[in-house]
Amino acid sequence: MSAVLDTHGKAHDGHGDHDDHGHHTPTGFMRWVTTTNHKDIGTMYLWFSFAMFLFGGVMAMVIRAELFQPGMQIVTPEFFNSMTTYHGLIMVFGAIMPAFVGFANWQIPMMIGAPDMAFPRMNNWSFWLLPPAAILLVASFLVPGGGAGVGWTMYAPLTTQMGPGMDLTIFAVHILGMSSIMGSINIITTILNLRAPGMTLMKMPLFVWTWLITAYLLVASMPVLAGAVTMTLTDRHFGTSFFNAAGGGDPVLYQHIFWFFGHPEVYIIAIPAFGVISQVIPAFSRKPLFGYASMVYATSSIAILSFMVWAHHMYVVGMPVAGQLYFMYATMLIAVPTGVKVFNWVATMWKGSLTFETPMLFALGFLFLFTLGGFTGLVLAMTVVDVQLQDTYYVVAHFHYVMVAGALFSAYAGVYFWFPKWTGKMYDETLGKWHFWLSIIFFNLTFFVQHFLGLAGMPRRIPDYSLQFAEFNQISSIGAFGFGISQLLFLYIIIKAIRSGEKAPQLPWDGADTLEWTHLPTPAPYHTFENPPTVK
Amino acid sequence: MSTADSIVSANRLLLRKLLVVSVLMFGFAFALVPFYEKICEVAGLRDIFRSDEVAAKNTQVDMSRSVAVEFDSNTQRLAWTFRPLASGLAAHPGAVMHVEYEVRNTLDRPVTGQAVPSYGPQLAGQYFRKLECFCFQQQTLAPGEVRRMPVVFVIDPNLPKDIGTITLSYTFFEVAGTQKRPG
Repeated sequence: MSAVLDTHGKAHDGHGDHDDHGHHTPTGFMRWVTTTNHKDIGTMYLWFSFAMFLFGGVMAMVIRAELFQPGMQIVTPEFFNSMTTYHGLIMVFGAIMPAFVGFANWQIPMMIGAPDMAFPRMNNWSFWLLPPAAILLVASFLVPGGGAGVGWTMYAPLTTQMGPGMDLTIFAVHILGMSSIMGSINIITTILNLRAPGMTLMKMPLFVWTWLITAYLLVASMPVLAGAVTMTLTDRHFGTSFFNAAGGGDPVLYQHIFWFFGHPEVYIIAIPAFGVISQVIPAFSRKPLFGYASMVYATSSIAILSFMVWAHHMYVVGMPVAGQLYFMYATMLIAVPTGVKVFNWVATMWKGSLTFETPMLFALGFLFLFTLGGFTGLVLAMTVVDVQLQDTYYVVAHFHYVMVAGALFSAYAGVYFWFPKWTGKMYDETLGKWHFWLSIIFFNLTFFVQHFLGLAGMPRRIPDYSLQFAEFNQISSIGAFGFGISQLLFLYIIIKAIRSGEKAPQLPWDGADTLEWTHLPTPAPYHTFENPPTVK
Repeated sequence: MSTADSIVSANRLLLRKLLVVSVLMFGFAFALVPFYEKICEVAGLRDIFRSDEVAAKNTQVDMSRSVAVEFDSNTQRLAWTFRPLASGLAAHPGAVMHVEYEVRNTLDRPVTGQAVPSYGPQLAGQYFRKLECFCFQQQTLAPGEVRRMPVVFVIDPNLPKDIGTITLSYTFFEVAGTQKRPG
């Protein structure tokens, strides 16, 4: 099918500008169901991820409301467990990953001068697999036994003992994995085969580079997760004993397989965020990115190293000291390429003509807070320290600094940055700045105190806590409610801009110099680069 | 059209290669199962008896010398007869040794006593490791009761070379306040 469409698209080049393909004549809902246009699909990805973000956010609010005071107030412990589980699963697989795939869909063809993705029909499938997965996740709350309360890591043996909600979750993970793999194959093929003439690999915008690397990570690691949950499924229903000690299996094996996927997954989330930041910071510094080649190599090193450090998530399972030492040093090694990137971003700003519009503010927020999250990551990399901090709120604080202030803030930076290009409208700059400042203040209020809770020994994923943790938890909950409400402001900003935003100028950001800004009108028309540009 | 065709076939080729990679990685998850078994075997992670073996190896019995251990017994204002079954033995440092004492309550009432050890020379005390001893608890004997009680000990191999003989002496005291007074 893709072959037909590609041939069609190419044939179209020769004929010029008429725009009447059979495949986008449906209107209304069916237009979105049947669309193969990368911009439509990118838009759907972004809206889907934002809907999932709000859904997972409501779960975070339930968690923080329960933790507002010691003792059990609002929910049962079982429900609390499923809240932490689905909050994690939905935010990782439903919100952050689809958001960056949405960026990839919108931006990669426009940034490399391609007319569309390589496999437009498969692209449509990649997106439309997501809603059924989301429905399965929601449906798991409705089956007997309720949602799976096993944590987003889905560790055996808890998973092998859960009710049927676990099966629905496993199928949802399977579907999400298929969607990611299809999306990644599409992205790799697009980047490798559909670049405009003259767009060599080392001339690609860094966002495209980061997605190329991320897509390879996805193709290599998502199937491993699929394998892990498949083993869980067969352990549950088909009498195998991969993780069942009574049958000769080993629950620790699950952790190894899961984290072999899980650590690359962390970079699958972080690396496209690096890509967005690498576009935004040069644009608002009015300088080219400092150390472009070193950025490419650093990102590649991070990706390769990510497959070699998985067991730092499981120092306490009882591994030999030699293993702990290896994983400790290998993990610390990742700080080197990450440091290269951070210093390159800072050097890009050095002596630049900086302005601080909302995308730049979010990029700077990212830079500051992601680095902080990286430092706590180094602390956790040390085996002796991690033995104390394993499964405490210190870990929760650490990964929210890199996931929320890292990935989410960079996604916001990207949305504000490309919004004019996508819609031809400008968002309200004042409200955008409000969104940033409210987000960053409430974010720190929520998560900075969790470092102290973790150091004092408060365990994660527990609905109750002892009295000495009460004040910090109260502060954290207040911060979380504030953060949650601030994100509704983002929804308002976007809807307001789409409905009544001012018309965007052709080049709203002086320093933006990639193809979508220099070669395309604003807003980008439905079909772009049917005749590929020549890149010098 | 020929360039378009070549791009299409290049795309399909890449699609197939990447699909093969994902299928292989799915298989890799399952390949980790025997790999993990092997790692556990090599690293000895599954060998739950191993820690005992290590402990046993660490108890190095120094066969190059033996130390004479003499047993002595006394009572302090207590009408018990108290004696070791053997007056002495020769022990290699590091070896686990076992001796018994016998005590008889000659009174017509139950008596609770506590044995207190002392060592000669005094320095030897810190190298004399008792694993089991009747002196760890108070002993209560019924009127006329006879009891045999064990002492299990190891002499630390770090015992200074110039100590050739250790005297272990126990003294039994009656524990005050346990005697039932008439009335």
